[in-house]
Parts: sequence; C-alpha cells; structure tokens
Amino acid sequence: MMDSIAGLQLGFANALTLGNLGWALLGCFLGTAIGVLPGIGPALTIALLLPITFKVEATGAFILFCGVFYGAMYGGSTTSILLNTPGESGSIITALEGAKMARNGRAGPALATAAIGSFIAGTIGTLGISFLGPVVVDLALRLGPAEYFSLMVLCFVTVSAVLGGSALRGLTSLFFGLLLGLVGIDLQTGQPRMTLGVPELLDGVNVVLVAVALFAVGETLYMAWRHTNEAPQVRQVGSIMMSREDWRRSIGPWFRGSLLGFPFGVMPAGGTEMPTMLSYYAERKLVKPEHAKEFGTTGAIEGVAGPEAANNAAAAGILVPMLTLGLPTSATAAIMLSAFQSYGINPGPLLFEQQGVLVWTLIASLYIANIMLVVLNLPLVGLWARILKVPQPQLYAGILVFATIGTYGISNSVTDLVLLYVIGIIGMFMRRFDFPTAPVVIGMILGPMAEQAMRQALTISEGDWTTFATRPVSLVILLLAATALVGPRLYRAIRSG
Amino acid sequence: MSGRRHLLAATAGLLAAAIAGDAGAQQRLASLYMFIPAGPGGGWDGLGRAIEQVARQAGLVGSFQFENVGGAGGSVGLPRFVGQRRGRPDALMVTGSIMVGATLTNKTPVGMKDLTPVARMTEEAGVVVVPASSEIKDIKGLFDALKANPGGTSVAGGSAGGTDHITLGLILKALGRSAKEGSYVAFAGGGPAQAAILGAQVKAGISGYSEFAEQIKSGRMRALATTGGQRLDPSIPTLKESGVDVVMTNWRGVFAPPGIRPDARDKLVALMTEIHALPAWTEMLKTREWADAFLTGEAFSAFLAQDVTQTEAVLKEIGLA
Repeated sequence: MMDSIAGLQLGFANALTLGNLGWALLGCFLGTAIGVLPGIGPALTIALLLPITFKVEATGAFILFCGVFYGAMYGGSTTSILLNTPGESGSIITALEGAKMARNGRAGPALATAAIGSFIAGTIGTLGISFLGPVVVDLALRLGPAEYFSLMVLCFVTVSAVLGGSALRGLTSLFFGLLLGLVGIDLQTGQPRMTLGVPELLDGVNVVLVAVALFAVGETLYMAWRHTNEAPQVRQVGSIMMSREDWRRSIGPWFRGSLLGFPFGVMPAGGTEMPTMLSYYAERKLVKPEHAKEFGTTGAIEGVAGPEAANNAAAAGILVPMLTLGLPTSATAAIMLSAFQSYGINPGPLLFEQQGVLVWTLIASLYIANIMLVVLNLPLVGLWARILKVPQPQLYAGILVFATIGTYGISNSVTDLVLLYVIGIIGMFMRRFDFPTAPVVIGMILGPMAEQAMRQALTISEGDWTTFATRPVSLVILLLAATALVGPRLYRAIRSG
Repeated sequence: MSGRRHLLAATAGLLAAAIAGDAGAQQRLASLYMFIPAGPGGGWDGLGRAIEQVARQAGLVGSFQFENVGGAGGSVGLPRFVGQRRGRPDALMVTGSIMVGATLTNKTPVGMKDLTPVARMTEEAGVVVVPASSEIKDIKGLFDALKANPGGTSVAGGSAGGTDHITLGLILKALGRSAKEGSYVAFAGGGPAQAAILGAQVKAGISGYSEFAEQIKSGRMRALATTGGQRLDPSIPTLKESGVDVVMTNWRGVFAPPGIRPDARDKLVALMTEIHALPAWTEMLKTREWADAFLTGEAFSAFLAQDVTQTEAVLKEIGLA
C-alpha cells in the first residue's frame, strides 16, 4: 500500500511534464476519434502508431498508447447512443437503452451519463490497478474453464431481460445468435464448421458486424420500407444537460457497473462484454418501479449508466494481468506488450520491479488521461446531439453509409459487406414481425465462449460433468444464476401473495 | 484497396518515413507492402515489424505498409494475399509453421504451394512446462504421468492442430501411446493459456519458449524440457536427450505472392539477405530471443516441402487432417 503511494508519487512527477501531457492529450484525442468510428479499434490504432517506438522514448509512447486505449472506450458509446451503431463489442449493450433515449429527445443526458460514468469507472479501475492489481490477479487465476462456463450461464440469464413480449420469439432470436456464433473454425479440433467453403468465414462472423447489421441497417431498411410521404419529422434534441433526477438515477448504476466491470477485466478470459450484460440485467431488476416501464420503451438512463461504467472499468481491469504478469488477455494488451519488446523490455511478472518508473508513470498517466477525456468529451455532447437534428431520411442514409464504411474497416472484406446487408435484411423482417434483436447478439457473444469453456472444462475433468458442481466457486456462480432467474419471480409472488 | 485504414496506414507510414529519413544507406525498394495473416501483437506481426524497424533504420526500404488479416492460423489471410497480390513485386507475407498445420487441418483450397518462398528468418523451440506448484518435478515425471494416464494429464496450448498440439502428439507416440489419447486443451491466444497454467487449471503446458520465458524466470512456471535440437537454456534438457526422439521448432519466414518474375523474387531475396547481414538484425534476434534460421532459395523450398509432408503425417495420425 505504502509502496503504491510512493510509486504513484514518482509516476505523477514523471507524467506531469509538458511533453508527457502533450502525448496524453494527443492519445486522448486520437482515441476518442477512433472510438467514434466503428471498425477501427484501439488495437489497430496502436499497431499503426508502433513505428514511433523507434524514435520516441518509452514513457512518451506508452502514455500515448494508454490515452488511445482509454479514449476509444469513451468514444465507443457515442455512436451506440446516437446512431444505434456500436463501434466495439463492449458498447453493444449501451445501444439498447441509449439509442431509445436518443430517439425520445434524451440524447444529451444519455451521452453525458455515459461520459461521466466512463470517468468514474475509469478512475475506480485505475485505483484498482494501483492498489489491488497483484491481489486480484492471483484470485482471478484460480478461475478455470469450469468457473468461466458457470459465469457464462449466469450471463445467459440476462437474455430473460431482453426477450420482449413473446418468449417464443425471443428464444428464436437467441438460437439464431447461437447458430451464427458456431460459424468458423472450432478451437478444440481445428475443423471448420458451417463455413460453406468461404475462407473469410473460417474466422467466424464478427459480433460487431451483426450488431450493426441488426440494430442500424435493419432499422434503416425497415424505415425505408414503411416510409410514407408525410412531411419529414425532425427529432427533438431536448435538454443537453442531465437533470437533478438524471444524476440521482445514474449514481448507483455508475458505481455498481464499475465494481462489476473491474474484476471481469482482470480475469484472463473475462473481457468487457459479460459485465455489461450483467450490469444491464442488474439495473433492470433494481430500477425503481416508477421508472421500470422506461426500459425497452423510451429508454432508461440506468441502462446506459451501468453498462457503460462496466465497460470502462473492465477495460481498465484488462491492464492488470498485462502489467503484473505480462499476459496479453486482449488484442490491445497484446500489441502493447509487443511495444514493450521494441524497447527491449520483456514484460512479465518482474515488470514492476525492473521497470518500476515506467509502469508507475504509465499508471499516473491513466489518471491524467481520464480527466482529460471527461473534459474533452462533455462539451462535445451538445455538438454530437445536434446530429439528430438532421431530417430522418438524410440521417438514416448517413447511418447506412457510416455502418457500411465501418464494417469494411473491420477487415477490408467484401464478404463482410455482403453479410452486413444479408443480416440487415433479416433484421428488417425481425422488426416487422416483432422479433427482438438483442438476444441474437447476446447469444452470439456468449454461445461460442460458453461452448469452448465447457469443452475445455470437460477435457480437463476427463468428461466428468459433475466438475461444474464439485468446484466450489463454479457451484456458487451456478446457484447465483438460479437465484437471478427465479429470485425476482419468487419475490414478486411472495409480496403479492 | 481503399478505406480509412489504408489512409491511416499511409499517414502513419509518412509520419514514420519523415522520422526515419536521416538514415543513409542505398535504398533497395521505395515501398514494401507487408501482409500479416494474423492480428497485431503475435509472432508473425512481431517478425514483420522487426524487419520494418531494421530495414528502415538502415535506409534499405523507403516506407512500409502493413495489413493484418487475422484468423484461423492464417487461413483467412492466405487466400486474400494470394488473390489480391498475385504478380506484385513489392509485397511480402510473414508466415511459418503454424500456417502449414492450419492449411492442412482446415483443408483450405489455397496452400503453401501457392506462395513464392523468399526466406526463412527465425525459429523458436518450444518448451514443456508445469505450474510451479505441480508435483511433477522433471520431464521424466511428466513422461510417467503421460504413459500411465494420458487422458488425466491435461496439457494446455494454442489452437488444435498447431505446433503445440503436434508436439504433444509426437511425445505420446514416442512414449508408445496413441496421439489420439492425449488430453489437449486448446486456448485462443497466449494470455488465456498462460493463465490456465499459472492457475494450475491444467497439469502441463506447451508453447513457444519466448512466450513462457518471463514466467519461467520469475519461478511461476517450471520448465521441464525444450523441444529444439540443442539446449536453449543450459539448465533445461531437450526432449531428445531425455529419451524421447522429438525435435520440433516453430519457424517463421517471408513469402512473395505467386506469379512474380524471377528477377523480382531475386531482388526480394537479396533484400532479406542484406537485412540479415546487418548488425542491427543480430541485435534484434538477441533482444527478441529468436534463433537465427536464415535460409533462402532451393534449400528453403526443399525444407518447406519436407515440413509439409511431416506435418501432414502427424495430423493424419491425430485425426485432424
């Protein structure tokens, strides 16, 4: 603890030079920009910036990279909320309520709660890196494939919150998502599944592509289909600022989301998607009865604040296994590790001891980047929200162009564009016939992860299914899942009965 | 080929070219397109960017343009490179043994035979490890466990059919068990696999030496044996000297697209030979802990043909090809 404080003091002393602040600002700016554009993620951006490691000293380069990483997490929510077009998988859940709020004249508060939530989560996450890092990692390493499988079962409970009016339709959507998730090479056997001989499908279908196709393209095509020749409506922008009420409703979700997100980020097989789902489910169940009807209709601010905070806290958590053990648990962490190597530093468990100054400067710059980002992003809220003043036909045309360019940017592949529009047309019919689209995306994210974790666990246990119940942590998580599924119903039954 | 990514790549290239503009030697190529059939941050990406760093500092190549198309051990990127760059004299793809295995298990129509071999650059031996807390103390202990109960001795590594999996298959075969009996747990990427070993979720693990090097140095993993012909670390025995006749290394190299003219290929071979001769390259091999495996021309083609045949034989036995 004392070591951490001394380290931080040293780090801040190094980070607060004019040059390093400049790198942080540049990184935050670049990161916000690429976060807004779908397709280009932080990993790719840092890869493109790698040549600067030949000329710039290590501290400056890593401050830049961390700015890009945090900035992308801030920017990612913007398009989710405004255009229903998530730029990365961690902000897909944000789009569920965020886009509905924007459509109902509450774009300003939605963007603001996302930005402030990101700041709070980023700060809590960075505090976690500073003080809890090594402890949390050792706990996270005790989780094996069996525990991950149980966690994913718990996340599947989330689906029940987005099934919509008809369980049959919702489950159909879920199975469509599970089916899409099966496409590609099976990790455990190396054999291709359902790729129809198309080499691009060997790597599976990208989940961001599917989210953009169903949410943005599907909706646009549906609007074009049902278009009438009335005078085009201009959407209201409404108040830009968060009201006192918005603040009161956001604070709980911000903190709950942050505390949920950070440990998932630290887990080597956790990621940013699972905590956003759990946060969404939690907020939907914990919301005050008078606001419950806003979920899924006009958009509830809790459903933006919680998942967005969870996403950012998880992103901070991802840095923990990287800095304490040298484990590349995400694409961005992998590319940052290769940047360490171009400086001749071999990142591993001894990084803190051997490169203490560099690591603490990097952590200090995370705090600075976080403050810069909230200062940079809050004034942008008004500007972004004004996009919605564009008349609907032009706005939807713009969304289509944006979605198409972004999808092409994911892998420069024409196959992806064909998929985007095929799934977009499916999304249009799903909308027409009242099938919810969110379960497709959740099924696609969780299905393949759950399948691999289950098979890894069963290989280790030599095919013994009881492994999920005999490992204590796994059992606890499974019981939690059962409680989350049955609990609310039971509670209501008891109260009314 | 357009889109913002290329624009960004070009901008980054320009920026970097301006930074590196002070170097003096004679330029061999104005620009070089470097195709990485894997995501940023992995071994192939690392080799490609190391070549960039050395070549640009020496002024041999004016600017580099990178494209990463990851997935399926390179099987997604390979047909793209072959189709889009056919006959282009200024394009290179970084790849290696992983792709040999992947194209065989995935049964892709486009294979290694469709590429023009330029140079093998590096190779890396694998290492067999156990968690620090394991009761298995040496490689003999692991052999005994594998002989007695291969199904209960779970081994973590990279994707199925890759070098790590093949190594396990060969060890089991040499121990008189069938390659199919092994309990191989495939993980996507080095992070989750290392985490599973560190957390003792599996009994043992196999991967490239550099991937585990830091964990071994810090004492969180115990190295039992390396898989190369000679010892990498004087204190760690090789599989071969431990009585199991298995030598397995993961090589990486660069290839040109199909259909390029012989003089264009010779120019690329000359470029790689020049890069390889630079002191900066020797320094790079040292910092990255890569073993030099430079090989070009007929010798490289012959090596490649032999590697494909051998890998196919093992994969057939495991039942994956």
